[in-house]
Amino acid sequence: MNYEPVIGLEVHVQLKTESKLFCGCSTKYGAGPNSQVCPVCLGMPGVLPVLNRRAVEYAVMMGLATGSRINHESVFARKNYFYPDLPKGYQISQYEEPLVEDGHMDIEVDAATKRIGITRIHMEEDAGKLNHGATAEEAGSSFVDLNRTCVPLIEIVSEPDIRTPDEASAYLKAIHDIVVYLGISDGNMDEGSFRCDANVSVRPVGQEEFGTRTEMKNINSFKFVKDAISYEIDRQIEAIEDGEKIVQETRLWDSQRGVTVSMRSKEEAHDYRYFPEPDLMPLVVTEEMISDLKDSLPELPAAKKVRFIEEYNLPPYDAGVLTSERPLADYYEETVKLAGDAKVASNWIMGELLRLLNEENRSIEDCPVGPEALTELIGMIKKGAISNKVGKDVFEEMYKSKKSAEAVVKEKGLTQISDTGELSGAIDKVLSANPDEVERFRGGETKLMGFFVGQTMKATRGQGNPGLINKLLKEKLGG
Amino acid sequence: MLGTIEELQERFRNRELTSKGLTEAFLRRIDEVDDSVGAFITVSKDEALEASDTADNRMNGDGEITSLTGIPVSVKDIFCTKGTPTTCGSRILEGFVPPYDATVVRKLKEAGAVIIGKNNMDEFAMGSSTENSAYKKTKNPWDLTRVPGGSSGGSAASVAAGECIASIGTDTGGSIRQPAACCGVVGLKPTYGRVSRYGMIAFASSLDQAGPITRNVRDAAELLGVIAGFDPRESTSIDLPVPDYTAGLGGGVKGLRVGIPGEYFIDGIDGEVSTAVQNAINFFKDQGAEIVDISLPHTEYAVSVYYIVATAEASSNLARYDGVRYGQRVDDGDGLLEMYKKTRDRGFGAEVKRRIMLGTYALSSGYYDAYYKKASQVRALIKRDFDLAFKECDIMLTPTAPTAAFKIGEKTSDPLTMYLSDIFTISSSLAGIPAISLPCGFTTEGLPIGLQIIGNTLDEATVLRAAHAYETGTEWHQKRAKL
Repeated sequence: MNYEPVIGLEVHVQLKTESKLFCGCSTKYGAGPNSQVCPVCLGMPGVLPVLNRRAVEYAVMMGLATGSRINHESVFARKNYFYPDLPKGYQISQYEEPLVEDGHMDIEVDAATKRIGITRIHMEEDAGKLNHGATAEEAGSSFVDLNRTCVPLIEIVSEPDIRTPDEASAYLKAIHDIVVYLGISDGNMDEGSFRCDANVSVRPVGQEEFGTRTEMKNINSFKFVKDAISYEIDRQIEAIEDGEKIVQETRLWDSQRGVTVSMRSKEEAHDYRYFPEPDLMPLVVTEEMISDLKDSLPELPAAKKVRFIEEYNLPPYDAGVLTSERPLADYYEETVKLAGDAKVASNWIMGELLRLLNEENRSIEDCPVGPEALTELIGMIKKGAISNKVGKDVFEEMYKSKKSAEAVVKEKGLTQISDTGELSGAIDKVLSANPDEVERFRGGETKLMGFFVGQTMKATRGQGNPGLINKLLKEKLGG
Repeated sequence: MLGTIEELQERFRNRELTSKGLTEAFLRRIDEVDDSVGAFITVSKDEALEASDTADNRMNGDGEITSLTGIPVSVKDIFCTKGTPTTCGSRILEGFVPPYDATVVRKLKEAGAVIIGKNNMDEFAMGSSTENSAYKKTKNPWDLTRVPGGSSGGSAASVAAGECIASIGTDTGGSIRQPAACCGVVGLKPTYGRVSRYGMIAFASSLDQAGPITRNVRDAAELLGVIAGFDPRESTSIDLPVPDYTAGLGGGVKGLRVGIPGEYFIDGIDGEVSTAVQNAINFFKDQGAEIVDISLPHTEYAVSVYYIVATAEASSNLARYDGVRYGQRVDDGDGLLEMYKKTRDRGFGAEVKRRIMLGTYALSSGYYDAYYKKASQVRALIKRDFDLAFKECDIMLTPTAPTAAFKIGEKTSDPLTMYLSDIFTISSSLAGIPAISLPCGFTTEGLPIGLQIIGNTLDEATVLRAAHAYETGTEWHQKRAKL
């Protein structure tokens, strides 16, 4: 029998606010344990939450970027459960009345566009972190670090519209691109700023109703989401084929072993006893605030890609690469503006620049060669001061040493030889050293022209002006 | 006789009295009587003397003087006090010393008041007799075999026993007004949101409200003026200016429309309470008020609604007492779950556990709609009853409690009967509107009886004016408990 997977993702995004969701503590990552805490985020007796308006704005921006409805009134709710990383014994979240509903995200898989529905986006606070004793004397002990407690998150819940692991990965990537584009999150998956839960079920092709689903928690990479879902689909199909029933449960992706393992079943599931948070008034978002935020939204990746294709006459693939990250797109546009040639700028960035960055897994923001420096290099090639080929070596040197193109060319003596007398001498040597080839060329084997050019370039250590060499060769051989 | 805060300020100004002298006198009084009354969990002797020195310096020209400068007050042990133990009447918070002041405490300190100590209370403010304190029983100063009411029983008893000028209590379903009635003092529960809840240990967040317990109405107006106001740390606090509550006192009740809700005059009321309240209604009539019969049709559901909403919120509010970060921890090394269970089992008393269980049940999946949601809907109807009734009247008069103070131990075995002590105070808590209790007579056994005046949202001024008019025309408030 053929089966169809049904997948939905819940993506947790940490918002890039200076302070926490309900108190003034810093949200900075990596500080010493419990150094960014106060009575409010420690859940001490009698303290009360006060909502961070900036976090609300960020959540609204995500709603607008996904074509969602922004609810003018939404309600915070308490999600009750006991755990040492949850100081109040409840998490302040949103439940029945979230801030954002009914949006969508378009993804591209195998050159086809597919629309994935977004059910809701709600705001909530993060929990702290437990560090389990690592040394012998600490074995069996757990240490509670509450720096992350109360850090603002949005949870983006998709419709069960995803059908393949590739779609899931593309959707996650698309969400990631947008939150980073909007500047509302750093999207750092290693630090836990961007993570997702995946709901997976399978059903026989053609069946209307969904199969029993399992939920996989805390997946923190694009690769893991694909691997975990693939594994889970296979596991479920195999189980069904073997006549087993799928149990509704929470499973954990073990990336080391490449398997999902059961965490708890539905029977063991928490009853979170949600109810409206009485310490906060309903969250009111005015039409004015929404329209102000709408005006402040940056151009999003999809729109930017279309514009790049039209404005810069780029192939869709190139436009896609150049718009995948906002800093890269900005880099490209800056270079085009300075150098005045969209195609050449694209060739350099898509070629040498990204190759070197990718080799070192560096981001464009850390690129040692800025748009001005690249423009200078492009200018030298255009002027004929160096050849395109030499330019590539110069670029690599610029990347390594952070020196300007001119400095590199000067230091290495790479200036292109455009002196007719010098080139003429070199050509004469090449021709007298290869009498057979000269004979054959004159006999009609004109494709040997490339050979003579190559030899002359070699003789000039690549610094000869190829146009001029061509011209001189033609004169000499034709004569 | 000590007179009002206003009169004390006059004596300060005339150099007849210093804050230090007054504070020392109250500390001596606490030494003399608190072994038998048990109104305090903590007496802050050193801090109080220091604060009185500072107040005296202020009055000698070193700083601004407010109506409370130099006045010794106590606060219920539900308010967090920086550097001073705060127990909320519970074993689970034994040893907890907050690193912050509740907004109410901060405002008192800034005004120059002298905080003399922390009052006993029912554990987490759950109770109507202060018998649920994990630390001690507070006795009614009028009859030491009787309860002072609750949960702010320590606050009311401390004022009635002359151990301080005034106290700040909290009211969730009557916890200021009922003990005030039992102890023959004045207790005001302001509009929900009028006084910041920051640093006040939560019982039921949508109902909790702090307010003054005093020996007379003017003092209540003075204290409210100091503790009320918007607090940026409290999202449900009301962002409106605080009026001068003493300004309208003395305006009388002529022409005031006084509503008498029929639903409050039921069979279960003690005969002497009924007579005393009837006499009070007649007083208002004689003073030129217009008596209006009104109806609050959903009153009969108030107690049920209250015990669902309040316990549901409490079950969540009390989850933080898990032994992980502060207070008591019972850890026998048998794992996290056992630590939670043992800490909470030994840390909480029977009534608190009962309410956590009730509240947890009311919020459980499958029961939420039938209990919590339904209760919230009925709560809205109760609020609407008051909105409609206040179109026909300006204030309402009712008994504060159905009986005078009962015997210690009399109701501890029967929680439901105990819950009915708050039958007349719960509705106004659910509606979030202001109400005051003040003395309106005594039983033949010499126990105080309380009159409740309920006002419309944010109309504390009218409530205080009516209470002041009644107090001025009667002598009940001048009687003192003999200890």
